[in-house]
Amino acid sequence: MYEAIFAPFIEFSFMRRALVGCLALALGATPIGVFLTLRRMSLTGDAMAHAILPGAALGYLAAGLSLGAMTLGGVIAGVAVAILSGLVARTTVAREDSSLAAFYLISLAVGVVLVSMRGSNVDLLHILFGTVLALNDAAIFLIAGIATITLFGLAVIYRPLVMECYDPGFLRSVSHLSPVAHYGFLVLAVLNLVGGFHALGTLMAVGIMILPAAAARFWTRDITPLLVIGVLGAFLSGFVGLLLSYHASLPSGPAIILTAGAFYLFSLVFGPDGVVMTQLRPRRHLEA
Amino acid sequence: MDGTILHFDNLTLGYDRHPAVHHLDYAIRAGALVAVVGPNGAGKSTLLKGIVGSLAPLGGEIKFTGIEVSEIAYLPQQADIDRSFPISVFDMVAMGLWQKTGAFRRFGREGDRKVGEALDIVGLGGFEKRPIGTLSGGQMQRSLFARLLLQDARLILLDEPFTAIDSATVRDLKGLIRCWHGERRTVVAVLHNLDQVRTEFPETLLLAREQIAAGPTENVLSQANLDQARRLTEAFDEEAVVCVR
Repeated sequence: MYEAIFAPFIEFSFMRRALVGCLALALGATPIGVFLTLRRMSLTGDAMAHAILPGAALGYLAAGLSLGAMTLGGVIAGVAVAILSGLVARTTVAREDSSLAAFYLISLAVGVVLVSMRGSNVDLLHILFGTVLALNDAAIFLIAGIATITLFGLAVIYRPLVMECYDPGFLRSVSHLSPVAHYGFLVLAVLNLVGGFHALGTLMAVGIMILPAAAARFWTRDITPLLVIGVLGAFLSGFVGLLLSYHASLPSGPAIILTAGAFYLFSLVFGPDGVVMTQLRPRRHLEA
Repeated sequence: MDGTILHFDNLTLGYDRHPAVHHLDYAIRAGALVAVVGPNGAGKSTLLKGIVGSLAPLGGEIKFTGIEVSEIAYLPQQADIDRSFPISVFDMVAMGLWQKTGAFRRFGREGDRKVGEALDIVGLGGFEKRPIGTLSGGQMQRSLFARLLLQDARLILLDEPFTAIDSATVRDLKGLIRCWHGERRTVVAVLHNLDQVRTEFPETLLLAREQIAAGPTENVLSQANLDQARRLTEAFDEEAVVCVR
């Protein structure tokens, strides 16, 4: 038991580093994911993750597999696509989802072309699927730094952000903080996707954001426990996923996301608001 | 009598250059209780949007005297509230204290007490912990009025507050409006039920894109005025020429 669960982390420092990375991602990315799902923006998160690719690829072209260059490129590209699609949605007949889809498809294609212009397929796989088992100090500090900024940032904009989520008209009528909440939140989302992309890759980074958040919704109807359950689920997914990848020799990023997916499916079926429990509620109705 | 709080000066509001409120001149006194009446498409909701500043005038202006934008509370016709959002009635109503708490200031016991009081006043005592998704239409409207109460605004704008609401709820909410009037707050409400207007609102503004009549309710709601308002062309004229007035 001890051998299977704790020994890998005690024995190998790359496993410990991966676990620390997962903890930081869970703390930062999952609260963002909770708000994304509550704002019906789950697919927006997905689109922005893809939009990060060409920026990271440009950084890669300029400086190889350099953490700083790829991070900077990713953040710039992600924020640009988020703002551009917002602008297009506000100034034309197009809805935000269609403009996001358009921009991210273009970005993804540009990104893959850019990487293959200079790099090998190994590099492309590195960018698409991440390297959670090879996190160096700089990458860990980056991910942990982003998690710290995220938690502080969310604490600062929490009240207006919650209002922006469920009654944006009212927020606009009482305060000027609506754009601060909206764009501040988008910037935090991009930061976390970039952090996630170093560990899990552009394609999988959204998974650790959305899956635990979506799963948590089946367990509670209040926002505070939603955030707590989401973070716990994400961290547990990282822990179990890493063990799974260690014992079964699976690629670690997908193993983590698969575990989060299993948590989601389990919640969907067995959570108090899931499929089974809602069916099992007593048929007899209450008096009032 | 108090002075003017709100003055529409040759005000034109609209969408895509087409006017929905056309060359309106009218002043609302502080402490007035005004009904805005007119057929669908007469520009009633547009006028309220103009007052809260979510729609910029196409012409003319709205002048405020002795009141800040932060002292205006607005209840839209279709509040775009996401009722599936996991938040309790207490938290939603508590947002009415925004002017006092802002984004950061402590909420505290005083806040708890005020929210509780407001919920009691609208008849929703004991609903604090309920998720907003479980409220009926009338209960939702009551809780929105509780939030308005907490906003403690000097100018209160209500857009069809009694649509699809049962008579008991309407009676309670009308009582609240009377209360606000007694406290010398200014209330402007868009309404369709003329009986409610006649019994509750001393002053009426009858709109049909243009101002048809305004002043004491019994004079404004004459058959001749109402007929004239009804003749308004609701059509949005694609070929309309540029207005030179």
